[in-house]
Amino acid sequence: MADVGLQIGIVVGYMLVALAIGVVAYRLTDRTAEDYYLASRTLGTVVLLFTTFATLLSAFTFFAGPNISYGAGPEWILVMGLMDGVIFGILWYVLGYKQWLVGKANGYVTLGEMLGDRFGSLPLRVLVAAISIFWLFPYVMLQQQGAGTAIEALTGGAVPYWVGAGGITLFMIGYVALSGMRGVAWTDTLQGAFMLVMVWAAFVWVAVSVGGVGSATATLGDVDGNFLALGGGLYTPQYVLSTAISIAFGVTMFPQVNQRFFVAESKAVIKRTLPLWPVLVLLLFVPAFMLGAWARGLGIAAGEGENVLPLLLAEYTPSWFAALVVAGAMAAMMSSSDSMLLSGSSYFTRDVYRPLVEEATERREAFLGRVGVAVFATLSFVASLFQPATLLEIGDTAFGGFAQLALPVLVALYWRNTTKWGMYVGIGVSQLFYLSSVFTPVPGSYLGGWSASVVGMLLGLVLTVGVSLLTNASPGEDASVYATRAD
Amino acid sequence: MSDRVRVVGWSVVAAVLAALSVPWFLWGSDTVVAGLPVWVWWHAGWLSLTAVVFWVFTRRAWGLGVEGVSRDG
Repeated sequence: MADVGLQIGIVVGYMLVALAIGVVAYRLTDRTAEDYYLASRTLGTVVLLFTTFATLLSAFTFFAGPNISYGAGPEWILVMGLMDGVIFGILWYVLGYKQWLVGKANGYVTLGEMLGDRFGSLPLRVLVAAISIFWLFPYVMLQQQGAGTAIEALTGGAVPYWVGAGGITLFMIGYVALSGMRGVAWTDTLQGAFMLVMVWAAFVWVAVSVGGVGSATATLGDVDGNFLALGGGLYTPQYVLSTAISIAFGVTMFPQVNQRFFVAESKAVIKRTLPLWPVLVLLLFVPAFMLGAWARGLGIAAGEGENVLPLLLAEYTPSWFAALVVAGAMAAMMSSSDSMLLSGSSYFTRDVYRPLVEEATERREAFLGRVGVAVFATLSFVASLFQPATLLEIGDTAFGGFAQLALPVLVALYWRNTTKWGMYVGIGVSQLFYLSSVFTPVPGSYLGGWSASVVGMLLGLVLTVGVSLLTNASPGEDASVYATRAD
Repeated sequence: MSDRVRVVGWSVVAAVLAALSVPWFLWGSDTVVAGLPVWVWWHAGWLSLTAVVFWVFTRRAWGLGVEGVSRDG
């Protein structure tokens, strides 16, 4: 284990660079909540593009994604491309741009705030925040767990799980509490670029070692079930569509992604970002998932719960390079978690604590937000030490949970006859239905393989519209706050 | 063209972009072209096309269906 020092050095060195960026960002931060959470809506094209990219694409890219390709074939490239490259891109316009206009006009910082204001309903605001935190918390826990496990594996056990996960947690609390959205977005930019370079370097390195891309891919034909052929095994059309649709809509309601809809500096920034988006998605996932599939063809033996990419790299590349890629995975994990912490904290302080407990000033709220980050991260770290089965299950199904919110929100944004009761019922029942499919004998699959998540989304849509038609607007509802005009 | 027609037109474009990003007509095909399965190439090409279409949309139709909704709905 002579390399352990080098490996830890690479990971720590990388973290110091990120911290330095956080400090610079802190010096530019106003002490207001809007600046802390949204960088005062001033992000430019490159930063917006990469912060969304890095936030969205977590450790999944390096670990779980290649693991799935290893187990079932590289078709996840298509699921990702359809989900993130195409559907999410379209939703970024339909939902994201609309939210940007509405948020800028009315000063919204969170999704709950946007809905609560329109429907004149504090309970709706609290409900949306509570649902979001419910799904977010275990997901953050999974990220910490991923980081702890990866560091433990990288160092051959020299750094135990709790030290790795705890160290990463402390580090994230430090720079998120310090710098807020601006620092998070800047470090995301670094992390996103780093991930992209690392994944391509790994792709080329492995390909060259085994005699070229063609030789590596040729091995897939011999895998049981033929990994070259499109479809088969796990991949049915229903699976591909259900997964892509559910996650794409789910992603838009993840607090850290939804909040990024608010942060662009100008319309021009969003317009420049959109066409670059599918290209970036393509560039990251084709090499990442092909590597996972190649590992199978090349006969890498990964046990249950083991990540295949580090094993593949250990076989074909020097250990310093494998450490760099694991640092890339850490970067991916942190760039998602830091944003989740910040957004989770903003949902809690702004939508729950402030309206229900204490009417805080802007300055005090920015302070509370920092405390919230520390509390949120500490709790999820402690949870990750015990890894209760229920929390793991919630984390694994979080995308579906968030997806249930998307259609009622879309309806509310575009259809002025939406009522408060339509929202309560549409959101409430679809959440209950989806939760039942996860935790009770209510089936998780319908009509030949459509997931409960997609079925729940449709149910939410029908109920939101149906109940809105049957009920009248209550006093305090104001559809005009979502009116947007060209500026 | 009225805005309504343009909204429908661009919605159809969006649906086609999503629908064909997976090459359903290559289902089961295991042909390899230049080192990668042929369906990976289709997907790469299709997402590149998507990027171009997004760019055209930002130039020609940005704001359609989202901006310009009057206070009266």
